[in-house]
Amino acid sequence: MTIDPFGRALAEARPRVLGALLRALRDLDAAEDAFQTACLRALRTWPERGVPSDPAAWLIVAGRNAAVDAARRLKRQEPLADEATLSDLEDAEARAVERLDDGRYPDDVLRLLFICCHPGLPTAHQVALALRIVCGLPVPRIARAFLVADRAMEQRLTRAKARIAAADHPFGPPSPAERAERLQAVMAMLYLLFNEGYSAPEALAPARAGLCGEALRLALLLRRLFPQDGELAGLHALMLLHHARGSARFDARGRVVLLEEQDRSRWDRGLIARGLAVAAAALRSGGPAGPYLLQAAIAAEHACAPTAADTDWPTVDRLYQALERVQPSPVVTLNRAAAVAKVAGPAAALALIEPLHGPLDGYLHFHGARAALLIDLGRRDEAREALLRALELAGPGAVADYLRQRLDSLDGARPATPAH
Amino acid sequence: MQQYAILCYDDERVVGGWSEEEDAAVMARLAPVHKDLATAGQLAAAGRLEVSGAGRVVAKGAEAPVTDGPFAETKEQLLGFYVVTVEAESEAVEAARALARASTSSGHYEVRPLRLFRGDGGPP
Repeated sequence: MTIDPFGRALAEARPRVLGALLRALRDLDAAEDAFQTACLRALRTWPERGVPSDPAAWLIVAGRNAAVDAARRLKRQEPLADEATLSDLEDAEARAVERLDDGRYPDDVLRLLFICCHPGLPTAHQVALALRIVCGLPVPRIARAFLVADRAMEQRLTRAKARIAAADHPFGPPSPAERAERLQAVMAMLYLLFNEGYSAPEALAPARAGLCGEALRLALLLRRLFPQDGELAGLHALMLLHHARGSARFDARGRVVLLEEQDRSRWDRGLIARGLAVAAAALRSGGPAGPYLLQAAIAAEHACAPTAADTDWPTVDRLYQALERVQPSPVVTLNRAAAVAKVAGPAAALALIEPLHGPLDGYLHFHGARAALLIDLGRRDEAREALLRALELAGPGAVADYLRQRLDSLDGARPATPAH
Repeated sequence: MQQYAILCYDDERVVGGWSEEEDAAVMARLAPVHKDLATAGQLAAAGRLEVSGAGRVVAKGAEAPVTDGPFAETKEQLLGFYVVTVEAESEAVEAARALARASTSSGHYEVRPLRLFRGDGGPP
């Protein structure tokens, strides 16, 4: 599938347009609906006339029209004239307001992220809302990031929007002081945004690599706002170090290439050098390392190993233990198991993750990891069950090509092609 | 009567680095002070924190949520399978059939095309 040029223009304009529509309409759902309608109108008219020189401005006018349109249609009045004929004089004030805002924020997306961090919401809900509103991630993807069911995430988002709408001045950008308080939540958003890009197969690369790049860009901007923050530096470093492996992680057919098989000459040494420098500076500045910096240190271990066999797994294990202490989470323990498998063998690693079945039953990587360990232990039937469960969780339409091969190799023979 | 906390701050690296003899010497100097306070009924409690590596930092506010994250260990190392998109739906159907044959449960597999993500969340 190809990325259409209009799609890209729409995606890039999204934060600024949404920001303006939120200011005008004071309602998240109305702003989103207006934005969607504006996009549809753009896709009807731009192919003939070309992309306007200021797509965002065009979309803002179209979005406002759409909102007024909808309100008027409800009252059964005439729809507005075509937006091509509308004057943009009324937007002069809106532009002035935006310029004032822009002066305090280096970027539209960043501003919108901070706006979504509403202190009346639990942090997790702020993050989920921002991923939905600002980044436009589909609800099922956000649900998976939080290891919850789609329905639960939908409800959470609906309640969050209602909560914000009920507050005073819901969509003004926070002051510099408020920004510092909201930094934790914004970092969490960037972490999950990066994770979206990192976790997807290369076959989807044009869209997904964009997410990693976007998260990196925003992290850099954020560091200019908060240059002393060690955890922010850690977050930036861990993104750089993971992204460095991007070209080596998938083969030409889009299949995953495991760490031990990756061609390390394809790792981006420039990104690695930057990541290591950022992490080293943050570690030097003293104090106990927080979760992001610890994860950066783990990523640094992989980045520094000349070959997979040289990876210092005992150190990776110790770093994961430290991470478990500052950020206890079954996902962290699950990942520690990979190090334990190298240091103490697959049986020890399996023993470590079996108790996690409760919280992680809905997490496909739990079953993937279990399957890998079970295969190492020769427990083929159980491995097959785990692989099937992982596949179920991988989502509709995702095809496990390698899964089929592993199932075949477990059964000892390729199945015959079935008749239709 | 009012209780007060007397908090002792020191460089952990120094305190943690004392030999047994050094440690015993320090405690010996403190002992008579403790004794006097205890005799006067003023010593309510005395304790010593372990070095901070043994403790656990608990963030304020509600518990941090469990989330997914970019971890190479499960996504590039311990992976039981690959997830890919294919060139044609027939390949997807074939794979689904292979899975259905391998499965002993009574469920079924749906084959649906994966939709490419777009910035505005709309369909491709």
